[in-house]
This record gives sequence, C-alpha cells and structure tokens, in this order.
Amino acid sequence: MLNDFNNFFQGLERAERLDEIQGLLVALRDEMQIDHTVYHWVSADGEQYGFGTYTPAWIQHYLDKEYLRVDPVILGCFQRFHPVDWKKLDWSSKAARTFRRDAIDHGVGNQGYSIPIRGPNGQFALFTVSHNCDDVTWAQFTEDNQRGLILVAHFLNQKALEIEKGRVPEPMRALSPREVDTLTFLAMGYGRGQVAEMLSISEHTLRAYIESARFKLGASNTTHAVARALSEGFIVVGGAAREAEGHWPGKDGPEAITA
Amino acid sequence: MLRYIYGDELHNYSHLQDTMHRDRAVQFRDRLKWEVTVDDNGWERDEYDGLNPLYVIWEDGQGGHGGSMRFLPTSGRTMVNDHFAHLSDTQISSPLIWECTRFCLSPKASPKVAGALMLAGGELMRAFSLTHLLGVFDARMVRIYNMIGAAPEVLGSTGTGRDQISVGLWAYRAEDRMKVLRRAGLSSDISEAWFNRSFGHQIAAQKAA
Repeated sequence: MLNDFNNFFQGLERAERLDEIQGLLVALRDEMQIDHTVYHWVSADGEQYGFGTYTPAWIQHYLDKEYLRVDPVILGCFQRFHPVDWKKLDWSSKAARTFRRDAIDHGVGNQGYSIPIRGPNGQFALFTVSHNCDDVTWAQFTEDNQRGLILVAHFLNQKALEIEKGRVPEPMRALSPREVDTLTFLAMGYGRGQVAEMLSISEHTLRAYIESARFKLGASNTTHAVARALSEGFIVVGGAAREAEGHWPGKDGPEAITA
Repeated sequence: MLRYIYGDELHNYSHLQDTMHRDRAVQFRDRLKWEVTVDDNGWERDEYDGLNPLYVIWEDGQGGHGGSMRFLPTSGRTMVNDHFAHLSDTQISSPLIWECTRFCLSPKASPKVAGALMLAGGELMRAFSLTHLLGVFDARMVRIYNMIGAAPEVLGSTGTGRDQISVGLWAYRAEDRMKVLRRAGLSSDISEAWFNRSFGHQIAAQKAA
C-alpha cells in the first residue's frame, strides 16, 4: 500500500512533546497496517532513548539483556547511511539467533527494515518498521514506501533533537536562492515545466531543488513545502499569486497553468 | 568487478585502498594540479574520507584499483556544500540526493571502467530510492560522461578549458539502465550479483519517477 505520510509529517511539524510523537508513530503504524514503527536513538556514550510501538515488556527486556551489544540491526546500521532490510544482516552468531527468537516471541515480527541516521556529534539513530509476513509481501511494502520512510526517519530525528532536553533547536536550514526561486514560481501557480524553463534548467534538476527545499522545510510534498516556505517567510508572493486553497496548478505534472 | 565499501571496511581491502589513494594522487595532484593533500604513503586523502563515506571501486584482474568514486548523503556534511555551493548558487540537502566526489580512473583503466562506475551510481539510486546524485568533476570527466551516455546537468563551473571544475546533477531515470549496462559491457545479472555481495541485498526495481 502506498502511503504519502501526509498526516504524519503535518502532525510532526506541530508536535512539541515526546508523547505527541509517540501518538504519531502509533497512528503511522495503524495507517500502514504493519505491526511496529520505532524510533531508537543511541548517543555516542551508549545512552538510549526512543519511542514507538514495541511493548514496554520488550523494551525493558532489551535493556535488561543489554541486547544493544548483540542486536544485528544496531551493529549492521551503525556508521551506515543506506536503508537496511533485516534479512540482509548477519544473524549467524549464536547470540544473534537467540536475540532473534526472543524478539519474535515478544511480537517484534519476522520482518524488519531500518533506516540509519547520522546526527550531529556522533549521534546515531534508527527508524524501524517491522511486521509479520512473508518475504514477497515485505519486499513489496519496502519498495513502495522506501522513499517516504527515509524522509520519516530524518524528520523524526530532527524533531527528536529539537525536543530532547538541553538541546537548542537547530535553526531551519536556509533555502538557497535557487530553491527560493523554485518555490516562489510554484507558489505563483506555474507548472513545473514552466518553472524549469524560467530558471533555464531541466525538470530533472528542478526536481532536485524541490527535493532539497522540501527536506529543509520538513515538508511531506511540494504543496506542503510551498505552504511552509510562505508561512516561515522564506518566500513572498505578492498580488500575482494564482494559487487557490486546496488546489495547486502544476502539482501533478508539467501541465499548463490555469490562467 | 565492482565493490561497494564503506570507509570503515576499506582496511579489509588493503591493496585496493592503497592503489585507490595513490591513483587519486596521480589524477588530482599530478595531472589536474588540484590543491590536494598527499601523505607520506603517497595517498591523496581529504577530510571527507574521514566521514565514513561509501566508496564504489572497480577492482581490476590483479586486485588493484581500476577506478572509484565516493558517496555521502547531502543530508549531512558534504564537499559540494562546503566548497562548491557558490558554483551553483544552491545548497542541495536531502537524504534522497547523495554527492559523488573524487571520481578517479587508474591510468591503466580500460574505457569500460568509467561506464561500470556510472552503472554503479545508477544501482545505488535504484536500490535506495535516490532521486539524484550530485557531483564535482573536471573538464575531462564531462567528455567521458558524455561518451558513456550519462551526461550530468551542469549547475555551475569555475575555471576554463582543462582547468574547469563543475558541479552537476544526475537524475534517476529507470530507462537509462539498459543503455548504461550496454555501454559498460555488463549484464544486469552480474551487476546485481556484485551489488548483492556488497550489501547482502536484492535491488528491487524502483518505481519510475
């Protein structure tokens, strides 16, 4: 099932407390119809913190058994930046096999997919989805949702860094002049093809600017990115604005603008 | 053959590592005259090698370096954003866009090697749902990229003639894969087998953008 993660991203933007993130992860799990969504943070000194839908009993058990030391997901994702399907990890050691049985007994599921994040100052975090299903179903799920899950992972980590006590929120990364131009023209109602033409770049490159702006703004899609850029004052659109509430000419492709 | 190796695993391939850094010294210091740092071992290394990047390396028949490139996600620190942002008037930042730097060919490399490396870039995009790669390259590379049918869109350049350095983007397009495979003279199966051996990971076809 394809998920646009819209509810999650919009909820995350508003969230100010950890329990709100917990609620968002539960809702995301339910929306995706999988068993678990989990965020797990490990600081440089081995301190752990997280939230998600694993049972409290499993989390306590994980801590009691010091599974951080043997968990192939942690070992396989640490210092990496590509998403990892749990099947591809090394489960060959006795400790890893014991851990896996224990995890399945605690309802974690037989399938998992984790996205590692390298944060500031050696911070390491993972966003994980897990489920109980066959390999084909899982491969389809991760293929369909990989891109969205990667963004969920990063936005979640940014929010967690912001909320965690004693941390100054990271300033929102400034949009570059090219990104400002791109969002401004989109906000004025031009289609992607026209914006690319106005900036003398290809639509493929325009897409990179949109992707980058969307990431900096923590936005779920182009429409959301434009809305955030407007509300944060990164772009200013005067009387020429052609957008109407709830509709965005050009958002679905390079078709002609509505005059 | 192609290998995908993170920086912290590179010491397990010591000959490959040694010959890659030496070939980088030859290409970037000796030939291009870039202001790069070469250590006592004759290795060209910079601070981005210290950020545990992902290397893609073509290993020749003798186990040595035939060509290579280095990847980092633009959601974190990158060379393009630290040093070349002024060329393109932009700071690209997204976990779906990785930068590709230090594209290097061994002086002995066959013409197929550049094609194989381009193929590897495409495999990374396909496997991990990337939208683009962002690269820094010299004038000669532009000709090589054009020749192998994988021309980047140049966002900006500095210098002229042979001394020109450019920043450019490659967008992921599913339909490019067959063309790049053909130019590299490699089969789809063998490319996937190399990828799987490095990542223990099957590549699922990425949905068309």
